[in-house]
Amino acid sequence: MGLLEEFSIGLFFWQSVLFLALLFLLRKFAWKPILDSVNEREQKISDSLELAEKTKEEMESLKASNENLLKEARAERDAMIKDAKETASRMVAEAKDKAKEEGNKMLASAKDSINAEKAAAISELKTQVAAFSIEIAEKVVRGELSSADKQKALADKLVEDINMN
Amino acid sequence: MEIPTIVGAGLVVIGVGIGIGRIGGSAMEAIARQPEATNKIQTAMLIAAALIEGIGFAALFAA
Amino acid sequence: MQKVVRFLLVLALVLPTAVLASSEGHNDHDVDHDTKDLTPEEEAERKAEREKNHRKHYVIHHTQDSHDFGLFTNETEGKHYGFPLPVILWDDGIHFFMSSKFGHGHKTASSNGKYFKLDYNNGKVYQADAEGHFLKKKVWDKELKEFVSERVEVLDFSITKNVLVTMLMVVLMFFLFRSIARSYKNGLAPTGAAKFFEPIIIYVRDEIARPNIGEKHYKKYMVYLLTVFFFIWFLNLSGMTPLGINVTGNIAFTAALALMTYLITTFTGKKDYWMHIFWMPGVPWPMKIVLAPIELLGTIIKPFALMIRLYANMLAGHIVLGMLILAAYGFSNYFASGAFIGLTFFMNIIELLVALLQAYIFTMLTALYFGAAAEEHDHEHAAAH
Repeated sequence: MGLLEEFSIGLFFWQSVLFLALLFLLRKFAWKPILDSVNEREQKISDSLELAEKTKEEMESLKASNENLLKEARAERDAMIKDAKETASRMVAEAKDKAKEEGNKMLASAKDSINAEKAAAISELKTQVAAFSIEIAEKVVRGELSSADKQKALADKLVEDINMN
Repeated sequence: MEIPTIVGAGLVVIGVGIGIGRIGGSAMEAIARQPEATNKIQTAMLIAAALIEGIGFAALFAA
Repeated sequence: MQKVVRFLLVLALVLPTAVLASSEGHNDHDVDHDTKDLTPEEEAERKAEREKNHRKHYVIHHTQDSHDFGLFTNETEGKHYGFPLPVILWDDGIHFFMSSKFGHGHKTASSNGKYFKLDYNNGKVYQADAEGHFLKKKVWDKELKEFVSERVEVLDFSITKNVLVTMLMVVLMFFLFRSIARSYKNGLAPTGAAKFFEPIIIYVRDEIARPNIGEKHYKKYMVYLLTVFFFIWFLNLSGMTPLGINVTGNIAFTAALALMTYLITTFTGKKDYWMHIFWMPGVPWPMKIVLAPIELLGTIIKPFALMIRLYANMLAGHIVLGMLILAAYGFSNYFASGAFIGLTFFMNIIELLVALLQAYIFTMLTALYFGAAAEEHDHEHAAAH
């Protein structure tokens, strides 16, 4: 069974013709539309996937920005609270200072008045003591000054004392 | 004494058998080692086997 | 639906056995001419030999093309059942008649004053005379170195069984794939037959064309690759039917396809392709001169190997199947017959796989050759400098 012996030109001819016919028929009516629609679908799928990916990314960025916003708000709130606290403490401190000052002032005025009172008291005491002294001195002088000698001696002594003082 | 051509063809077929067997075996090992490259290995295996097989046919038809 | 398909599949696998069985029961009408002066042993040996030859011939005959579509043969009565096909011959003018005129090689067909006779053994048509003798011509035989007489063959463009089957397959494929193409108009998702064939089409594109030809050029070869793949596959499968069709196991068929591949490779070959054949870059110049004829020969050997591979694989598959089926009837022991029927079933499944595998390999190698033709080797030049 040799190859050439079996080879039939007629069959070869028909097969070639039929194959070429099939090739052209299928190209026009089958492969082109099939491959085109398959490509189109693949394109669509890849586009959709891309879109989904994009949307996902957008969502992610949105989420991130949301988070940022939240963070900022929180920071702002914290700052506000801190501010308020500071203000409050400052006010308290101011009040304290004021009170202290007032107290001091009052204390000072009290001291002043006390001093004044004290001075007044002292001066009164002094006047009274002086009065008493004069009284006593009068009585003593009256006793002493019963005679002229005694008056003179006393006067001399007093003068001496005063001078010595 | 003349050796019939069919004996030569038989020898060639034995060689082809061994060759394709070795390709198949090596491909199996390669796939076991790298299962992720199965497709590539299979393609290469089939091509190599087909080429060797061609020699076998040539011998058979020469006989 | 699925069940029906599965049933048909099994039926298709088992039926060859049944059909060949119906045409079994051979041989007894062979009349011996020279048995009288043989010893009983010699006679037995001759009979066994004849039996063997007959079986071999029987199987081979079933793998050959024929001028009529035989469904089965009753050899005990010498009757053939089937239908005749048109015969178209060219012998100083066209001759057209039905193959029933040949009477399976027993009758001489006359047409337009010429006589033709069919040799039923090799399926070829020869010139004959009115009495039914083959006309002979003298031909120089190179091996014997003398003139031998040979029958005169006629150019035969008949619609043989293979041509008819191919025609039917062309029509079937056309309608099938056109309907698939139309199904995409309703929407982008595949429906019906497209669900089954689309993955195969995409496989051919993504696993055969793209990696072997390259992203840039694969598109223009897709039509050819897809057509070749499905054409071979479908015709291989038609050989699995119990009708005894063997289109892809015929050298004329594979030659037609291989020639097509060769022509496309040659005519789409880019500058780089021819450069790699005639002036291989990256090797010293004496090697270039040696390589050129080898490469040039290689371009012819490649499609030739494609042709032989498909032909031999399919033919061998059919012969093995036929032999196994015959062997199942060669035993009087039921167990042995049963075992051979089981083996035949197994071989049928293997052949089913081979039908796809051979289509795949043919397409794959074709794509590989196209890839070599279309490629622009930037990398290799870079490596050469």
